[in-house]
Amino acid sequence: MNSLSPTRRQVLVGGLAAGTALALPACSVTGTKAKKGGKGSGTGTLQALFMQQAGYSTKDVTAMVNAFHSANADIKVTPTFVTYEALHDKIVSAAVAGTYDVVLIDVIWPAEFASKSIIADITSRYPANWTSTMLGGALATAEYQDKQYGVPWGMDTKFFYYNKTMLTKAGVDAASLDTWEGVLAAAKAMKSKGVIKYPLAWSWSQAEALMCDYTQLLGAFGGTFLDGSGKLTINQGGGVEALKWMRQTIVDGLTNPASTTFLEAEVEKTLNNGQAAMGINWTYYLGTSNDSSGSKVVGQMAVQQTPSGPGGKRPGCNGAMALSIAQGSKNQDAAWKLIDFISSEQQLDQYAKDALPIWKKSYATSSVVQSAPATFAAAGKQLDDLILRPQIANYNGISQVIQVELQKALLGKKSAQAALDDAVKTATPLMA
Amino acid sequence: MTATLAPPVTSSDAPPRPRRRRGRQGRLAAVLLLPAAVVVFGVVLYPVVRTGIVSFFEVNSATPVTTPFVGLRNYHDIVNNHEFWATLERTLYFTIVSTGLELSLGMGLALLLNAPLRARWVFRAIVILPWALPTVVNGAMWRGVLNAQYGSLNAALTQLHIIGSYHSWLGSPWGALNMVILADVWKTTPLVAFFLLTGLQSIPAEIYESARVDGAGVVRMFRSITVPLLIPSISIVLILRTIDAFKVFDLVYVLTRGGPANGTQTIAYFTYVQAFSDQRFGYGSALADVIVACILVLSAVYLRALRRTEMSLL
Repeated sequence: MNSLSPTRRQVLVGGLAAGTALALPACSVTGTKAKKGGKGSGTGTLQALFMQQAGYSTKDVTAMVNAFHSANADIKVTPTFVTYEALHDKIVSAAVAGTYDVVLIDVIWPAEFASKSIIADITSRYPANWTSTMLGGALATAEYQDKQYGVPWGMDTKFFYYNKTMLTKAGVDAASLDTWEGVLAAAKAMKSKGVIKYPLAWSWSQAEALMCDYTQLLGAFGGTFLDGSGKLTINQGGGVEALKWMRQTIVDGLTNPASTTFLEAEVEKTLNNGQAAMGINWTYYLGTSNDSSGSKVVGQMAVQQTPSGPGGKRPGCNGAMALSIAQGSKNQDAAWKLIDFISSEQQLDQYAKDALPIWKKSYATSSVVQSAPATFAAAGKQLDDLILRPQIANYNGISQVIQVELQKALLGKKSAQAALDDAVKTATPLMA
Repeated sequence: MTATLAPPVTSSDAPPRPRRRRGRQGRLAAVLLLPAAVVVFGVVLYPVVRTGIVSFFEVNSATPVTTPFVGLRNYHDIVNNHEFWATLERTLYFTIVSTGLELSLGMGLALLLNAPLRARWVFRAIVILPWALPTVVNGAMWRGVLNAQYGSLNAALTQLHIIGSYHSWLGSPWGALNMVILADVWKTTPLVAFFLLTGLQSIPAEIYESARVDGAGVVRMFRSITVPLLIPSISIVLILRTIDAFKVFDLVYVLTRGGPANGTQTIAYFTYVQAFSDQRFGYGSALADVIVACILVLSAVYLRALRRTEMSLL
């Protein structure tokens, strides 16, 4: 071989050296710089990221965007829809590339996204009258360290739904469903009378859905997530009671054992197929149960406020979402126009049966209330009493730890106390 | 230009005439290789080196403000993380069982497809269909098939009276992991079968004939002729499938999202969650490097074990 042509080893080393040389002098360790956003001209194209389940449906959002186009001819919006489970990671990975201008965030993410400069501070854009016209519970949705990072869009909480026909067949009075004890008794009656094999269905898959259900039960049993000093307290009192109660319903055969693989969509399908009699789900569910194309229980489902626990408490899980402007968006003025439009009272009132409006006036407007009278009756009571999951920057990591331990307890691999103790032990270092 | 033989080059100070032609060809070669070089360096080498660098820093955001140097702390955290070892164990189990099943079933399938049947091409066409499915579609399909409420597997087994009532296949951590293996084996066995089929077809029929004349039975022929001559194909398949199985991510993401109770969380999924979901990019980069090291070790083990003097791959 001609000694002038490089040997294989020389090529390999040379290549690695070249790669390192290219990599090292880059501006930062990761080779990227935070994208600097800009106000933009207030016109142009906007990329918006939405969610494709629960809350406002794809049809609703498309209708809102079309209405926006009619009102603003110089701005074009391209919406993208992903499942909720993919939403968080998509926002994170798109943040560096600056792909989206408007993103839909969950109530549990402002702390993380704001502290990592993924969403923009829009406190200055908030009109002054919003503090009095917006629902109190809604105002705090996208707030972090006293600054606003989004506009609430789609107040949501989990209501309690039950099948009236099955209840009557088992001879259970609907009024007894006001407490979780009553729900258990009703479930036992339905099972023993052979009305239905597994009366209860829950969304206990290893996902945030499990945390929502657990949060609602934790509140009902009088537990808390954090104490005054910010330490996790789910392994004490109500937190343990709630998990024990959840596991017991599986052991007693009252909860469908496949619930540990269900998300809210599966709970919806199970209830709509008449394979469960009771369950908790978001606001949108009642509408789907009356949709004859997919539901076998049209007109049979009723909605009420979530039942109370032994201490009489019954807070609903705060599942609100908010629209934020991405920090790297070059078109922030136009993005604000879109957010302002689709979160306005006029838009949200039209889709009130899919997600609850954020404006106080909507609840007093009879046409809105009449679009979903049962839901609004329950909402009127439940929205005053909501329980928030911890608003900390690393909630995502902590939630995953707790989800795994909750699942281990629900699958009978560990006792409730042991699972929660391990959850606190593993999650505490992540809280820093 | 007519092709003329260049005089043999015996020492480094060879006459300049052949070097000029080689120089021109060398430049042409360099230009033609440039696109490939850009791809290899840009898409492969640069990220590999960058990941290595990031693994020595603490990077806690996609758009970090400060990135302190932490040396080997990320690697230290990995080794001390009980969850990491459990995940590695699960991934090894998945890799070994999945590859083993694919190899044995693939071998059987290849032998069948090699048999002189009438409509052999029909069987080969049908068999390749599972492999033609995108992995995400495969995962979504199996999700439907294994559904506890209305899945077709439950329906089929209850109607055949094999099980009494509907079972939640993805409900327990152990069961779910085996179901993920099932989905992976179903999809990839055709690929393995076709690799082995090409190897089988290159074995001359005379060897089998002479073995039959010598009185060898089917099993003896398989053990002493087929398997040794298939060693190169088997090595290729083993390495490819091991690397792929070790890196499995999309199937887990679509089918179970790592659950229940992290029962199907493989090392690639774990890395994804740490890096992209929890935004611990330094830790995630260190994990990625650990995965590469594991795969290299596994591949080296195979190549060593399968080495034969005439029939080895390398």
